[in-house]
Amino acid sequence: MHPNLSFEQAPPISVPYRFLLAAPWFGVLAGFLLAWVGGDVLESRWTPEVLALVHLIAVGFMLQAMSGAMFQFIPVAVGGNVWRPLLVANVVQPTLLVAAVLLVAGLLFSAPALLSAAVPLFLCGVGVFAVVVMLALWRTPATGMTLWTMRLALAGLVLTVLLGALLAETLARGLALPLIPLTNVHLAWGLGAWALMLVGAVSYFVVPMFQLTHPYPSWFARGFGPLLLLAVLIWSGFWLLDDKSLAQAAGLPLAVVCAAFGGTTLWLQYTRRRKIDDATSLNFRVAMIALLAFALSAASMAVWPQLADDPRAVVWLGMLVFPGVFVSTISGMTYKITPFLNWLHLQRLGAPISAVPNMKKMIPGDAMTGQFRLHLLALTLLLAAVWLPALARPAGLAFAASCAWLGANVIQALKNYHRFRDQIRASVLHH
Amino acid sequence: MSTTQPLFQHHKHCDEIFADAEEACGKGDWSAGEKAFAGFASQLETHFLSEEEVLFPAFESATGMTSGPTEVMRGEHRQMRDLLAQMKASLDNRDDDGFSGYAETLLIMMQQHNMKEENILYPMCDNALGGTEIGASIAARLAAP
Repeated sequence: MHPNLSFEQAPPISVPYRFLLAAPWFGVLAGFLLAWVGGDVLESRWTPEVLALVHLIAVGFMLQAMSGAMFQFIPVAVGGNVWRPLLVANVVQPTLLVAAVLLVAGLLFSAPALLSAAVPLFLCGVGVFAVVVMLALWRTPATGMTLWTMRLALAGLVLTVLLGALLAETLARGLALPLIPLTNVHLAWGLGAWALMLVGAVSYFVVPMFQLTHPYPSWFARGFGPLLLLAVLIWSGFWLLDDKSLAQAAGLPLAVVCAAFGGTTLWLQYTRRRKIDDATSLNFRVAMIALLAFALSAASMAVWPQLADDPRAVVWLGMLVFPGVFVSTISGMTYKITPFLNWLHLQRLGAPISAVPNMKKMIPGDAMTGQFRLHLLALTLLLAAVWLPALARPAGLAFAASCAWLGANVIQALKNYHRFRDQIRASVLHH
Repeated sequence: MSTTQPLFQHHKHCDEIFADAEEACGKGDWSAGEKAFAGFASQLETHFLSEEEVLFPAFESATGMTSGPTEVMRGEHRQMRDLLAQMKASLDNRDDDGFSGYAETLLIMMQQHNMKEENILYPMCDNALGGTEIGASIAARLAAP
C-alpha cells in the first residue's frame, strides 16, 4: 500500500469549522458596507467602496470557506494526506483573516500602509496553504479529474495572490504598472482559474453524490479545466499586450467555458435520479443560472463592446459572479459539509449508530431553506441595485441579514455537535 | 472487463433503487416505500457480501495487506448496515423525519464510500487480481435474484 494512502485522515473537526464559521461574517460586513454607503456606490468598479466590497467577498467569504472546505475535502475525496492540518490551520486561518481585514481597510480608506501590511500576510498564508495542499494533492495515489482540476485550481490561487500582491504594492507605492490590465488579469485568475476551477473539481465529485445525477461526461471533465485555463491565459495575454479590442474579444472564450459548465450542471440536475430538493440543490441551481447569466452578459459585451461603455455593466457582471455564483455555491456546500462533519465525528465516539443523531438533526431544514429564500431576495435586490441606486441600501441590508443567518446556521450546527457529543459521551460512560 | 467492473456498475444500480425508496417514502407512499426499501437493502447487502467474502479476501491474499483499505471498507459497511437498520426502524414507525434523516446520512456515507472504492481500492484490486476468475464470480453473485 502507498505509504501516504489512508482512508481515515479526516482532520480534527475544528479545522474546517473555523474557516466556515468566519466566512459568512465577511458577507455581513459587505452587506453593511453597501447599506452604509448606499446611493451611487455601484456606478463603477473602481470606487474604494466597491473594491472593498469585492474583497470582503473574495478574500473574506470565499477564501475562508474554500480553503477550509479543501482541508476536509482532500482526504475524503482524493485520499490526500494534508500535513499536520491543525497546525497549518492554526497558522493559515488567522493569517488570512487579518490579511483580509487589512486589505479591505486599505482599499476602503486608500491607506498604503495597510495595503503593504496585507501583502506579506497573504503571501505567507496562501503560501503555506498552497505548499501543504499541493504536497497532499501530489502524493495521493488517487487519480481522476477531480484531482487534476484541484491541482490547476491551486496553481490559479497562487497566481491570483501574486498578481494581487503586485497590484496592492502598485497602489501602495505608486509603481508605474498598468493597473487596469493587471486588475483584469488578476480577476480572471481569481474567479476563473482558482474559484470556478475549484467549483468544477468539487462538482465532479459532489453533484452526482448529493443529487444522484449522472456523472459529468468524461470528455467534459477532461476538457473543462484545461480549456478554462487556456481561456484565462488567452485573456491574460491579450490584456497584457494592451490591445483593447483583442482583450475585449478574449472575454468570449471565457464566457463559452462558463456557459458550458453552467449548462452541463443544470442539465445533470434536471435529469437527476434523486427528486428531493434541499437548500444545497437549490443553491447550486441558483449558482448555475447566475453563471449562465454571467456568460451571456459577458459574451454580449465581448461581441458588442459598446454595451460595456456604461461602467455599471462590469459591476453587473461582478454581482452575478460574487453573490450569484460563489456565495450561492458556498452556502449550498456549507449545508452539506457541516451536518456530515458532525455526523462523521459523532459516530467515532464509540456509541452505537442508533445513538448518533442523523444529518438532518444538525441544522433545522426550515432554517436552511429560509436562509436560502432570503439569499435569493438579497441577490435579486443586489442585481437590481446595480441599475437602480435607490435599492443599494435595502440590498445591502438584505445581504447582511442573509449572511448573518448563514453564519447563525453554522453556529447552530457547531452547538448541536457539542450538545450531541456531550450526550453521547455521557451515555458511553454510563454504560 | 476488469475484475471490479460488476461492482462499479452495481453501485449505480443501488443508487437508483435508493432514490426510488426515498422518493416513495418522501411522498408518504409507505407501501411502495417498503417494497423499494426492501429491494434496496437486499441489493446493498449482496454488494457488501460480494466484497467481504470474495473481493477483499482475494485482494488480501494477493497483496498481503490485511489491514488498511479493506479493513476501513469493512468498517464503513458496518456503519451503513447500522444506518439501514435505522431507516428500517423509521419506516416501520412511519416516521418520515427519521427516515429522511437517516436516508440522507446513508446517501452521503454510501457515496463517499463508493468514491473511495472506485477511485482507489478498485484500481488496486484490478492491478492485483487481473487475469483471475474473481470478477466472474462477483458478477454471478450480483446477478443472482
